[in-house]
Amino acid sequence: MNEILRKRVLAEGVVEFDIDAPLVARKRKAGQFIVLRINEQGERIPLTIADAWPRKGIIRIVFQVVGKTTEHLATLGEGDSLQDVVGPLGKPTHIERFGTVVCIGGGIGIAPIYPIAKALKGARNGVISIIGARTKELLIMEKEMARTSHQLLISTDDGSYGHHGFVTDVLKNLIDSGTSIDQVFAVGPVIMMKMICKLTRTHDLPTIVSLNPIMVDATGMCGACRVEVGGETKFACVDGPEFDGHRVNFDGLIKRQRMYLDQEKVSWEAYHKGKQEEHSRLGE
Amino acid sequence: MSESPNAIFSSLEINVDRLMEPLKKKKEKIPRQRIPGQNPEDRIHNFNEVPYGFTPEVAILEATRCIMCKKPKCVDGCPVEIDIPAFIKLIQEGDFLGAARKIKEDNALPAICGRVCPQEDQCELVCVLGIKGEPVAIGALERFAADYERNTGRVEVPEIAPPTGKRVAVVGSGPAGLTVAGELAKKGHQVTIFEALHKTGGVLVYGIPEFRLPKSIVQAEVDYVKSMGVQIKTNAVIGKIQTVNDLLKNGYHAVFLGTGAGLPYFMNIPGENLNGVYSANEYLTRSNLMKAYLFPQYDTPIARSRRVAVIGGGNVAMDSARTALRLGAEEVQIVYRRSRKEMPARIEEIERAEEEGIIFNLLTNPKRMLGNEEGWVTGMECLKMELGEPDSSGRRRPVPIPGSEFMMEADTVVVAIGNGPNPLVPNTTPGLKTSKWGNILADQDTARTSKRRVWAGGDIVLGAATVILAMGEGKKAARSIHAYLMGKK
Repeated sequence: MNEILRKRVLAEGVVEFDIDAPLVARKRKAGQFIVLRINEQGERIPLTIADAWPRKGIIRIVFQVVGKTTEHLATLGEGDSLQDVVGPLGKPTHIERFGTVVCIGGGIGIAPIYPIAKALKGARNGVISIIGARTKELLIMEKEMARTSHQLLISTDDGSYGHHGFVTDVLKNLIDSGTSIDQVFAVGPVIMMKMICKLTRTHDLPTIVSLNPIMVDATGMCGACRVEVGGETKFACVDGPEFDGHRVNFDGLIKRQRMYLDQEKVSWEAYHKGKQEEHSRLGE
Repeated sequence: MSESPNAIFSSLEINVDRLMEPLKKKKEKIPRQRIPGQNPEDRIHNFNEVPYGFTPEVAILEATRCIMCKKPKCVDGCPVEIDIPAFIKLIQEGDFLGAARKIKEDNALPAICGRVCPQEDQCELVCVLGIKGEPVAIGALERFAADYERNTGRVEVPEIAPPTGKRVAVVGSGPAGLTVAGELAKKGHQVTIFEALHKTGGVLVYGIPEFRLPKSIVQAEVDYVKSMGVQIKTNAVIGKIQTVNDLLKNGYHAVFLGTGAGLPYFMNIPGENLNGVYSANEYLTRSNLMKAYLFPQYDTPIARSRRVAVIGGGNVAMDSARTALRLGAEEVQIVYRRSRKEMPARIEEIERAEEEGIIFNLLTNPKRMLGNEEGWVTGMECLKMELGEPDSSGRRRPVPIPGSEFMMEADTVVVAIGNGPNPLVPNTTPGLKTSKWGNILADQDTARTSKRRVWAGGDIVLGAATVILAMGEGKKAARSIHAYLMGKK
């Protein structure tokens, strides 16, 4: 059991937990993730470790409500405990002094790009970060990203804050302005990572992406998370989650992420029906 | 949930002498007793265990068939050398608890082995009665004794030697790890098991389905090991949270690696990453460990399929096919490239699958998998095969028949062609030698690895094998570790 020590709502449907997990906090490196399970009936879901305090024994996760499990997770509060926390899983980000790096985070992808940007800055890279969201209210971790970046660029799809458009546009402007870039890191919705890679490929800019396929054990045992990279099947949980974005079959990944859409709906509806029944019972 | 049929044990009064009376004279006339179980028509709609096990009367009757050989071959046939005639004798005498304890002197997990051991290839294969007729049902008797002990609530903690002050880390809580832990705890060592998953039992909980091995039984056997003072840390992925070197540095005098065959093989044919294509590991883990068959009461989903194709001919393939049926599939097919004779699955498992209506496509091999626009598998193109010359495994090599391609419809495909060793520990343990397939190299007699103070056993050494072989390895390792810890080397 791992206790939730602190809870913050970062935006509508986006929640941050600081969790008591001393061993994970001590071992974890940028780019790694945990798998958690809320309770005995729960599914195992992977979440990137957004930050960690080894001496305090705390890890931070940030998640968005997208289905039953994350919705249930968001109802938990400080003092509640998670049934299981496993980690740190996956390979850490390869960090070196590249020179100038661009770190791109889209939507909830800002949470996983943050520890990468932080580690890159620690390795004395020049860090330019681009973060984006659908609208201003949904933009998270701006302050943290500003702290770990030498330059922070922002975009919103609706133009309510920063550049009006996508993070891809901001990157394109950056490239067109003649900024010399040595390495790109991008984390966000699959379609965003695909578009970023399409752009960086034409400019020969090496690009690392962090993938988030469906996982079960996340220790290489089941293969649920297999992705095609350079024509070969890889397990994102142990071979990744980070890969050379120019070699990833994003279309395959998008399809695999949709595998359980029908059942996710069933699960969500059953959860809401259960909650309604509970409400009416308590009402009586 | 229906009550276990074994629960009747506790309330039964058995007059053993009366039962034995007519049997003593005509031993050879008693036929091998059949184990009652669920009908195929019923059982394909539930996940409850298929065989019910012997009643006390039938167990005594079956035990009476044993002729008590002076030099019992069955014991040699058992990888953990259970004193089989001794425990059968106790069953004959109606001392069922004594029988259970006799088995447990050599085997800490009898309720499990009684169910999943391939007795027909081991103890029962060499039983003298088998030469002219049918061997004694040793497996069913083992199961009976273990179930009797558990159901009467009279499981005793074995005698534990005084503490030695030595600490042992066991990585993996499958059959090998549990055996090592139990054996060393009995000797007075302080044992901690590290398990990567959230539940203890390894393949016994994620791999073998409920209808073949109820999880409550695994839990009871795990509790038994715990009762000997073994500590278990779940959610602890060694190689990630701590390395083997960390364990050795942090006060463990010895480490045993029993991390299993946890790396699923795929066919490497086109279309294998389509939705609806699973490794057997994933399919079974979702159903068994995550209880997807109880979705949506449990959160983990699994494909609800109409037509399922399972590739492979081993026990795991049978388990996958029978799971698919119970999840509601209308048609389940086994696709195996050799003939029935070469199938590595236990005959019992093949027969049960057949009884349940699973279709066997033998001498058939998939060439590619086909899908629709949404990326879901719709079927496989298969080739018919014929058997050629024997290959390195001694089995006749399957050869494709040119032009024999045909289509097989399927909305779910389960690839059950085997597992390799999980590389997580070998990759993070300098000095640990592995074979070219990634199995940890360990001494045959002592289970010692190339790294000092580190032993290994079970599937990580043997490749995918059986529960009982893993336990046999565990016993060897425990003996060697104990000798080392006590300074005898």
